[in-house]
Amino acid sequence: MSGEVSRRLSAGAVMERTTGKWLRSDAGQGWLTISPPFVYALLLLAGPILVIIANSFWTQDYLTIDRTFTLKNYREALTEPIYRDLLFRSLFVSVAVSIVTVVLAYPVAWFVSFHGGKYKGIWLFIITVPFWSGYLLRILSWKVILGFNGVLNTGLQYLHIISEPLSSLLYNVNAVIITLAHSWAAFAILPLFVSLEKVDRTLLEAAADLGDGPVRRFMRITLPLTMPGIIAALMIVMIPTVGDYVTPKLVGGKDGVMIANAIQAQFGKAANWPLGAALAVSTMIIVGMLSGAMVLLLLGLKRLLR
Amino acid sequence: MTGKSIRKGIITAYVALYVAILYFPVLLLPVFSFNDSATPKLPLAGFTLKWFSSLSSNATMHNAAWNSLLVGISAALLSTILGICAARAITRHRFAGKGIASGLIMAPLILPEIIIAISLLVVLLGAGIELSLLTVILGHLLICVPYSVTVLVSGFEGFDPSMEEASRDLGETTWGTLRRVTLPMLAPSIISSLLVTFTISLDEFILAFFLSGTEPTLPVYIWGQLRFAAKLPNVLALGSVMIAASLIMLTVAEIVRRRAEARTAAKT
Repeated sequence: MSGEVSRRLSAGAVMERTTGKWLRSDAGQGWLTISPPFVYALLLLAGPILVIIANSFWTQDYLTIDRTFTLKNYREALTEPIYRDLLFRSLFVSVAVSIVTVVLAYPVAWFVSFHGGKYKGIWLFIITVPFWSGYLLRILSWKVILGFNGVLNTGLQYLHIISEPLSSLLYNVNAVIITLAHSWAAFAILPLFVSLEKVDRTLLEAAADLGDGPVRRFMRITLPLTMPGIIAALMIVMIPTVGDYVTPKLVGGKDGVMIANAIQAQFGKAANWPLGAALAVSTMIIVGMLSGAMVLLLLGLKRLLR
Repeated sequence: MTGKSIRKGIITAYVALYVAILYFPVLLLPVFSFNDSATPKLPLAGFTLKWFSSLSSNATMHNAAWNSLLVGISAALLSTILGICAARAITRHRFAGKGIASGLIMAPLILPEIIIAISLLVVLLGAGIELSLLTVILGHLLICVPYSVTVLVSGFEGFDPSMEEASRDLGETTWGTLRRVTLPMLAPSIISSLLVTFTISLDEFILAFFLSGTEPTLPVYIWGQLRFAAKLPNVLALGSVMIAASLIMLTVAEIVRRRAEARTAAKT
């Protein structure tokens, strides 16, 4: 009996000693240090997302939720024409915005990296500042610019370039794309800049010495080498914009409504959490698959360029 | 002119145009907030301060501003503390699973905010927690921590870990080393992180919109005012104040960060 107890005690002591040892090791210290933010993200991000995924398989039964497993919400989210249209439009908008943003931002990132000299940091600061200041306010500002009696229309009328205000500026998909592309411009520059900084300049010199012109040098060296940055910039813009709520609401009108507006409605007025959850999960899965396809496409393109 | 200088001229002009368009909507709001007209249109009607003066007597707005301040300060302090933990673990330790842990912490950078908002909303309501400024702070922490980590990682990379070792070898306790070596060395990054996260919290709308309940922050208040066309000039005035505040804080954060960077660069 006492032998059993002492064996258990010594086993406990060994375990304590090994955990103590682990806690003092580099790995233990690392986990210990990162645990406050990690546990926070686990409890308030990973956990809640799992709850949303679970919700998407349940059914709203008036005020209560029926927790028997069903795929009904997904069927509704993916086949109901209104949701399908909203989903398609959101994907179209996010792909368009990410491509426009990256194409327009690339030359700027290139300029800062290759010609920024010692002012690179200041350039990056100047370019990223608008991104940090007032998300809602910037969208509001585009509404003021593009409105029927807005700055652009009244300005053009004042200059006698047009006689009637253009009604096609606001409340459509284009307005949504312009506003989002502007909102995310600065964010796309950072990954592009980082990858451009990594391009070995001696490769470009070597190509120049061997007689390659600037276009050929760019296509065969800079572009393939910065492909990781291009992919990162596309993803960093595409994934968040697919779920944008404010821009479609403020400048989209009824033709510019996106999936986030439908998701919000399910968690608000319509009060059908499981359907809202299924819409959210479907959107994330589809945008994830789309991102994957885009990455493969760009990696293939990279191989072709070389 | 050679081909090279023509190309450089074109790209410089493009960059100038790009930056101008980037700033145009940001600077437009302040212009119209001083404009003596109930609707923002061209030509400008004349200079006035009346939209700003009507802000000063608006009690609901003051309440929202107070809420934003409270949320912003709490989110900035807490996210910077969490950010220090994460940045330290990322820069100073090697351990299995580091990628997963830091990936989860940084994930809010790329997730659509509406996903974060509805997930939190469902869990909080499910747990019977009433929506309040506290729930907004909980949400803002999630999106502020990744920015804080980014700022602080470069702070940790900027100073030599052997200083901490030296302090320990000379008999300081862990806490003493933290207080007398690590934190002073990190001070510029910490200030920078506080300012940046405060700005992010101040401007954040979606999470606040879903999680604030009956206590609006400034962006939620602005959202409510947008229904009334007549209130637009006041909103523009308020927006201008917020943009100015954000610009000042971000500039200070950048100056603090750069001076610290220059100092460490000079030492090595």
